[in-house]
This record gives sequence, structure tokens and C-alpha cells, in this order.
Amino acid sequence: MDKKTVSELKAGDSVLISGEILTARDCAHKRLTDMIKKGEKLPFDLKDAIIYYAGPCPAKPGMASGSCGPTTSSRMDVYAPVLLDLGLGGMIGKGEMSDEVRAAIVRNNAVYFAAIGGAGATYGKSIIKSELVAFPELLSEAVRRLTVTDFPCVVAYDCHGGSIY
Amino acid sequence: MRTVDTKEIADKIYEMALKAGVTLTPSCLAALKDAESKESCAAAKFALGTLLENAALSQRENLPVCQDTGMAVVMLDIGQEVCLTGELLEVAVNDAVRRAYKDGYFRKSICDPITRENTGDNTPAAIHTHICAGDSISITYLPKGFGSENMSAMYMLKPAQGTEGIIDAIVSTVKKAGSRPCPPVYVGVGIGGSFDTCAYLAKKALTRDIGTHSDRADIADIERKALERINALDIGCQGFHGKTTALGVSCEWAYTHIAGLPVAVNIQCHCIRCQKATI
Repeated sequence: MDKKTVSELKAGDSVLISGEILTARDCAHKRLTDMIKKGEKLPFDLKDAIIYYAGPCPAKPGMASGSCGPTTSSRMDVYAPVLLDLGLGGMIGKGEMSDEVRAAIVRNNAVYFAAIGGAGATYGKSIIKSELVAFPELLSEAVRRLTVTDFPCVVAYDCHGGSIY
Repeated sequence: MRTVDTKEIADKIYEMALKAGVTLTPSCLAALKDAESKESCAAAKFALGTLLENAALSQRENLPVCQDTGMAVVMLDIGQEVCLTGELLEVAVNDAVRRAYKDGYFRKSICDPITRENTGDNTPAAIHTHICAGDSISITYLPKGFGSENMSAMYMLKPAQGTEGIIDAIVSTVKKAGSRPCPPVYVGVGIGGSFDTCAYLAKKALTRDIGTHSDRADIADIERKALERINALDIGCQGFHGKTTALGVSCEWAYTHIAGLPVAVNIQCHCIRCQKATI
């Protein structure tokens, strides 16, 4: 996501996201932040990337992904500011996040999108490619690079401090 | 005495689990449709509409409604005149869950609480057995997502807090949860009993159809008043504001101690996938 696009987004806007996003949830975030603490190289480039807080169902034969809706973002409150300060462009999840995360979003000109929690089948169908990036032993919690098309979201926190909640 | 092989129970649970993963209950669907038709907040109406389309898509293409296919909660009411044979009941139930999660392409979400290592097959299930009269076995199967489970709470109220205290506990739990548990939620409440039975009652309350009320007038009144106050919170679908924060409140009760008033509030998201059967 380029910064110009981010700056045009306002909380409450409905958007359809197409392109590449990375999945990571609880366990993957713990691993990533531990790697940062140790000064190790991360398995993907954080710069302007979008992390999707999600862990999909296994894909049925012939499909790129199984059902893949968002998980509750607030569990990642402790990790998100660290990643945002290192260049992460934004996140997709569901529900409110902490004031610290909102401040980090504003500070870094980033964005937080809310996907519709519970619409797992719909999101799974909009994934056209899924590629394992890191931590395969975490099963559904592994980091995957998803190519999505028309992924329906609402801007939850914009880079100007606005919030839908 | 009637003899039932635990394999028969397991085969039924396998069938129920496969169906549950891709199916919302009729009362849940009806409540979501009603909420969508009444909603005037644009973002919440869009979210509710997306959920209805998603439910139809998962039915049509046999896809899990939600990727959190849950922890398998299995409640078994076993008639005292039934003699169980075959594999140990717990082993048979877990085998059914294991097979269903593999064959249904459901997510395996169960892990060790300390090491966080995934068991890889979504077992063990949470199994509750209850011995009742008769020679049949009633099975209730509820795959329970944890976005909502995490927002649940237990209160040991003082008897002096009474009905108002119970309603306050229910409403404040939903308010505190805010947008996080995937509202509109269904609220299961346990009133009375001991610490452990109270939590079980709250879970049992979630297996009731939305729109049903306690047959005790005073408890039905708690359900109605709590729902009214919750829907005045303006949290709305997904926290996008609007009229429907909860689809229903369901309370189950048990006798308690003279010194206490336990209240357990178990939150269920809008994805209610309960299945029931009798053998």
C-alpha cells in the first residue's frame, strides 16, 4: 500500500482490497517479535506490507484457500506498534485495538481495516493464491502470502486518527 | 435395558459435526435476517448483509461458515436404562471429532495451554455427560469459536445484588467486549449453582434456540430486560454501531448456596452452529 492511498482513506469507508497480504496471528507474532529482539532477519519484508490477522481452514481440492475470515485484532495489541514502527503498512482484522496501536498507526501513516468477522467462506473464496512463507509447524497459524481479489473491508482506523468504533 | 455401541454415538456426532461447520441454526439465520431488515446504520447493514450472503455461500458450496470451526463442545444426556458397549465413550467421541475436522476441511484449533503446541486434529473435545431418565441418548453438538469465548466472564455476586445485579453483570460483559467477539452476539447466562455448574449452565443456555425464553417468568424477564439494555449500547454488528448488538439472551438456573449468587456470562458470536439429535 503506498502512503498516498493510505492518506486518502477515512474511517468508515468501504473498500475492496486486491493484491498481496500476509497472514499472521498470535503465535506468528510472538515468533516475529522475538526475531526482532534478537536482531534476526524476518522471513518477509515488512515495508508497506499488510498483515491479515487470520488463520485459514485447510483448502479443499481445487481451491486456493479454505475459509479465512479475520480473528480478533486486540490480541495483537502488544505486537502491532513494534511492527508498525518498523514499516508495516497496515493490518486487517476485526474489532477495536488499543490506544497504543491507534497512536502507532497515526505516527507511521498506516491504516487498520476491519473485515467482517464470521464471513469466512466469503473471504476464502476471494483468495486466488496462497503461498507458505514461514513457520509451517504452526499449521493454520503459519505466515502465508495471500493474493486476494475484491476483499471487502471497512476502514476502521485511518492515519488521521479517525475510528469507526 | 437398551444396549448402544459407542460407535453409533460417534457416527452420529461425526455427521452432526460435519453439518455444524457449514450450517447456521434456523433461529440464528432468522434473527440475522430480522436484524438486517431493521438496521438503519449503513455499515452495520452492509456487514449483516455480508453475513447472510456468507451463510448462503457456505451452504451452497459446503464451506465452513467461519474459519474458526471452534472447539467441539459435546453434551450427552444418557438415559439411565442405556448400557454402553464398545470403545470408551470419550475415545469414540474424540474419534468422531477427529474424522469430521479432517473430512470437512475444518481448522484444527486445539492446543496445549502452556506450550501452545497444536494437537493437529482438533481433539480433545469438551465432553459433558449427564445421566437422565429413560433409554435414549440426546446429543447436543456446539462448535465454539474463541473470539467470543474470550469475552465471557464469571461473577460471584452478593445475594443483595439480586436481579438488578444479574442484569448489570450481563450488560457490562457485553459492553466490555465491544466489537471484539463478532457482534451481534448471543448471550448465554448461568444463574446460581456452584462456580463450576454455573459456567456449564451458561454454555447450556447457548444451545437454546434464539427467541425462546425461560419457562420461569422472573428469569424470562431478566432475559428480556438484559437484551433491551444491550441493544441500547449502540455497539452493533461488528462494532459498526446500530440497533442489534445481541440477537438474544438466554438464562439457565440452578439452586445455589445461601451466601452466594454466581452468574456466568458466556458469549457466542453470531455464527451459531448448534446441532441436536437423539439416539
